[in-house]
Amino acid sequence: MGLRDRLGLRHELPPRRRFVLLLLSFLLPLAAWSIVSYTPWIWHPLERVTDPGGVDYFLPGMDVDRAVFAKETAKAVQQGLKPPVGHPVNPKYLPPPHKVALAFFTAFATPPRLPSEPWLYQSFEQSISTIFWGFVISSILGVPLGILCGTYRVFARLGEPFIEFFRYLPAPAFGALCVAILGIDDAPKVAIIVIGTFFQQVLVIANTVRKVDPALIEAAETLGARGLRLLTKVVIPATIADVYLDMRILLGWAWTYLIVAEVFGTMSGITFFITLQGRYNQYDNVYAAIMMIGVIGLATDMTLAWLATILFPWKRRRPAGVRKPKAIAQAEVLEELAPSLNPFTEPAPAASEGLSGEGASPLQSEA
Amino acid sequence: MSVATLQLPDYREQSPAVAARFQRIRERPVVLSIRDLLKNFETKDGSHVAFQKLSLDVHRREFICIIGPSGCGKSTLIRIVAGLEDSSAGEIRIDGHPVSGPGPDRGMVFQGYTLFPWRTVRENVMFGLEMRGKDASTADVEARQWLDMVGLTKFESSYPHHLSGGMKQRVAIARALANEPRILLMDEPFGALDALTRAKMQNYLMQIWRKVEVTILFITHDLDEACFLADRIVVMGSNPGRLVEVIENPIPRPRSTDLLLSPEFLSLKHRLEELIHGPAETDEEKVPMIKLTEAGDEVE
Repeated sequence: MGLRDRLGLRHELPPRRRFVLLLLSFLLPLAAWSIVSYTPWIWHPLERVTDPGGVDYFLPGMDVDRAVFAKETAKAVQQGLKPPVGHPVNPKYLPPPHKVALAFFTAFATPPRLPSEPWLYQSFEQSISTIFWGFVISSILGVPLGILCGTYRVFARLGEPFIEFFRYLPAPAFGALCVAILGIDDAPKVAIIVIGTFFQQVLVIANTVRKVDPALIEAAETLGARGLRLLTKVVIPATIADVYLDMRILLGWAWTYLIVAEVFGTMSGITFFITLQGRYNQYDNVYAAIMMIGVIGLATDMTLAWLATILFPWKRRRPAGVRKPKAIAQAEVLEELAPSLNPFTEPAPAASEGLSGEGASPLQSEA
Repeated sequence: MSVATLQLPDYREQSPAVAARFQRIRERPVVLSIRDLLKNFETKDGSHVAFQKLSLDVHRREFICIIGPSGCGKSTLIRIVAGLEDSSAGEIRIDGHPVSGPGPDRGMVFQGYTLFPWRTVRENVMFGLEMRGKDASTADVEARQWLDMVGLTKFESSYPHHLSGGMKQRVAIARALANEPRILLMDEPFGALDALTRAKMQNYLMQIWRKVEVTILFITHDLDEACFLADRIVVMGSNPGRLVEVIENPIPRPRSTDLLLSPEFLSLKHRLEELIHGPAETDEEKVPMIKLTEAGDEVE
């Protein structure tokens, strides 16, 4: 298969290749990271001292700049002292992949250094609970308001100009206020997530709801639906799946507010854990914690995406190029054959043969 | 090229059977009465006439086709009858009662299917029944009957996006009929379908119309479709939109593909062509000849 076929515009990929590409999308960055970590002559700007030799201020385990190390080695040799021994390393803030992988387990299993410090799982528990409540409170207010704004012009005109203005105010700017009003514990953090999510949510959902095909509403009206039932029986079911998709995207945004929010008042949750590990120079734990946020985010989103296929079965489309479901294909054939419904589908009378090709109905008669 | 001109009968000539049929139709009660209806659009540049004052009576079980060039206001007219748009003046009565706003007494089938994608085929048909307060089990039973009528029982649990265009439109027809409307309004319902499917759908519709005692107001721009389906054909003209003529279709029922050759059909279609496109012209004089491939001609 040529390159042109592989890169064909909007070509469907065979499942096998889709899977390989999925793997590669993760393996390529990992490979780059591994090369930098495990190849001593790539980068490695520092030298880790294993034996200080005659250099008085070197200590075992110390990382020094390679230039400094070379200079001190030369100096020691010149003075007839034992030269220091070391090996090139990367800075502490770039631990090799295997250490980070290990930290995925050890970070959970290692008790905190001080009794007042949280275990990793406790940090995550706190963060997830913060984001959960922030998102739930925001949604309880934002989803109905968004649907109202998207459905009725009055609400849109009343609500949206102010919300449009307010969403430009960065949520973290309200940190000090939230702490003053809500104290230093979890409440101000939840509040910042609400502020960060709510205003976007109303606008995004209103926009989605506005995209409902007006013809569906007209059709419902000619079938006898009116008033509130147009909202509950047409607008909401017509948009619910798209609103759900919006919510999935908004949940991702909420995570970005989480890290900022946790700084206010007493630092808490995963931010506190990461800051603490940074202070202890345990960067493998820092990476592990950051990646775990990614894993949790991705896992949540995938779960929600899977849930969507159950909640909104009508959205399950077969991808382009895939065969029609068997039953439908069969029925279409049956239909062609069903004489009971089509008295006029017998072969057209000879008269209609040789008519111009654009015959639009069995009656097309211009010849 | 010379064409032998057929001696066509007058399109107003009706066989005794057809004349008797129209007599019977005229004796039936009027279902839809349009009185002095007119519609103007207000735009920045002032007022535009969608269509001038027109009146029309549609009798019970009559099949009316409205035909006309684009811009003649035929779609606006049917949307006003459906209650989806307001008229500028005039009155619409159903069974003698003036109506305003949409209602289940006037079922509508749109060109764009407008099935509810979140409802299965059966649930789509149940929609109007639910809106009219029928309980779920009754609605379910009735919906199945209507689906049986349009031959889609096998698909009652499918979602609309799994259906072909013709099937979707059959669901839309079943959905509108399930409400047992006084009149079924159809706004170019088969316009989006391919030629073969459209021909089939016309047959379906004729059968359904024969089985269900329903009055139909049908908009189309396809002359053949109008000739095949209608009892009376309402011809509208554009600039300004107006009613030009109401023609009683002289083609006897039941109709079949054979009518392609009938003199009634040809004379009727000839008259419609005349009304819509103006008197026949010789196109050759107008259209300049363009030679596209001189080189190719020489090679040949």
